[in-house]
Amino acid sequence: MTNEEIRDFIKQAIDENEVMLFMKGSPDAPACGFSARAAGCLNALGVRYAALDILPDPRIREELSALSGWPTIPQLFVRGELVGGSDIVMEMYESGELAELLGVEQPAAEEAPEADPAQQQGPLGLENRLN
Amino acid sequence: MPSADELKRRIEEALPGALVTVEDLTGGGDHFRAEVVSDRFEGLSRIEQHKLVYGVFGDEVGGRIHALSIKTSTPGGSG
Repeated sequence: MTNEEIRDFIKQAIDENEVMLFMKGSPDAPACGFSARAAGCLNALGVRYAALDILPDPRIREELSALSGWPTIPQLFVRGELVGGSDIVMEMYESGELAELLGVEQPAAEEAPEADPAQQQGPLGLENRLN
Repeated sequence: MPSADELKRRIEEALPGALVTVEDLTGGGDHFRAEVVSDRFEGLSRIEQHKLVYGVFGDEVGGRIHALSIKTSTPGGSG
């Protein structure tokens, strides 16, 4: 893929998926603690989301950061807008704001569970996690 | 290799009057946590507040500074 194709793919992923998580690794095998926490919060809320592993190609991360103006991974987008990285996602999860943003009920206070096995894979390994 | 003191100083220079604490989480100079309280954050979303802090370090984030966790708030207490 060319850089432009990667950029377009990222934009499309953000536009077409209500909840879009760019992360290191996948929801069932996160490659870093920050990504694991972000995916864990979404899993705990039981929302449907798409996840993209940025590790296979360094250009994915470059194009994503150029687009979002955010330098680190993970990055959570909801309805086309950047919500934040793992610090913000965790804060919002704990305060109940994330559940409210996603229109779901806040679960009882407990540790965010481990990520569940992955579902179907799309191009660039885009995963749609259907709960 | 960056130190917690260096990061703290640079944030303080960029955000005069801010209350800044920086912790080196591993002792290895690669993974830091910064807590910043500043009235400059007033009215800004969390993303905008964090971008202000990331902006202090520019390209170093993800490179020389491998990981930087951020917690921001205003003196009034809203984060």
